[in-house]
Amino acid sequence: MPSLTDVMTADADLTRAPGIRTIAALGAAPENAFAEWLCRMGDNCLILGHRISEWCGHAPVLEEDIALANTALDLIGQTRLWLDLAGEVEGKGRSADTLAYLRDAAQFRNVLLVERPNGDFGHTLMRQFLFDAWHIEMLRALQSSADPRVAGIAAKAAKEVAYHLERSADLVIRLGDGTEESRARMQTALDRLWPYTGELFMGDAVDQAMAEAGIAPDPASLRAAWDSTVAEVMATATLVRPGGTFQHRGGKQGRHTEALGYILADMQFLQRAYPGAVW
Amino acid sequence: MLPDVGTVRDWLSQVPDPEIPVISLTDLGIIRDVEWQGDTLVVTVTPTYSGCPATSVINLDIEAALRARGIGKLRLERRLSPPWTTDWITPEGREKLRAYGIAPPVDGTAADGRLAGRVARLAGTSNPVIPCPRCGSTRTEKVSQFGSTPCKASYRCADCLEPFDYFKCI
Ligand SMILES: [Zn+2]
Repeated sequence: MPSLTDVMTADADLTRAPGIRTIAALGAAPENAFAEWLCRMGDNCLILGHRISEWCGHAPVLEEDIALANTALDLIGQTRLWLDLAGEVEGKGRSADTLAYLRDAAQFRNVLLVERPNGDFGHTLMRQFLFDAWHIEMLRALQSSADPRVAGIAAKAAKEVAYHLERSADLVIRLGDGTEESRARMQTALDRLWPYTGELFMGDAVDQAMAEAGIAPDPASLRAAWDSTVAEVMATATLVRPGGTFQHRGGKQGRHTEALGYILADMQFLQRAYPGAVW
Repeated sequence: MLPDVGTVRDWLSQVPDPEIPVISLTDLGIIRDVEWQGDTLVVTVTPTYSGCPATSVINLDIEAALRARGIGKLRLERRLSPPWTTDWITPEGREKLRAYGIAPPVDGTAADGRLAGRVARLAGTSNPVIPCPRCGSTRTEKVSQFGSTPCKASYRCADCLEPFDYFKCI
């Protein structure tokens, strides 16, 4: 389990992590940018999948409980595909399991949005919608990746994510354009989560290397389609897009909030306490 | 003598899906290839949903079925693309699903993630009609987009009043 100190000193940890450099310090792409980028894709799915699995047994109604658990299952399945490929590309014999259970917070590459705490049901659905609307555009673009393995995973995942997006958009609309209480909660969720959406579209040296190799799109190129999906759904949901421009960043480079430490403490406990346990 | 691939496919058509045992692995359309490479039998399988827990059980069941038929050298391969679609469920498989009480997928209704039409549909009535597998009524309504397994959604019939699963289109 990562200690609070690990989280607070993420930058220092970055330079110690094998194969990973502090990206800002590098003009050129970091070593093994492809594996690094694959970890970003896999970690987004893993951390969001874990987050929504926390609802299992707690959702407001049985159908929603089942739906959240199934969405989590899809995302964990996609995690396995991305992280297995990351391990293969990295070439150090690490599997999806090793990457999921034996890295510390500073080695995770997910965006900060997906590690945000669940909050209420509306907050969880808003976070899901903002992520799904980005995820579908990313997976669409990746289907023409120069790497056939990436294109194959993207084509598979896109079918599942299209379904997630329809569901999260439906519920954001229903709850936004619902009662006074539900609308107020959804607007609060949107206002709180908004500063975490910008990171989805911020590129760095890894993204640039992927774009130049034709493996993945420039993250900024996904912005227009995302904006239009979000604008349409928010308008129908009678919600107001926040005006603030401040955006958090750092998750993709391993600088996380304390929230990730708690997720890992829960998710990794067994493998940390009983290394190599199988059943 | 090694059995021909037609015979092997025939054996696989008797292996039930672990979650919906009325249909077989070949009904489901997940056996993508069967071939002999020298004296090794190679069976290529595609997953239904990427997180479907049945996937590893399916591989075990295939291996057990073929070993029981005397296949010694066997290799199972996973093929991700093209991704599995419910369009590959055979006509026989669809009838078996219906008889079992699960409405089969309505082809061409898969989510495409394009919300333009979706938002309009929410207000209208153009959602696909899923006939009740028990009484055939088309007066049915969706209860949830998900069901007891990743591949299903939950519906209910307004005529016979029974709840039922719909094998969603993907
Ligand atoms: Zn009926």
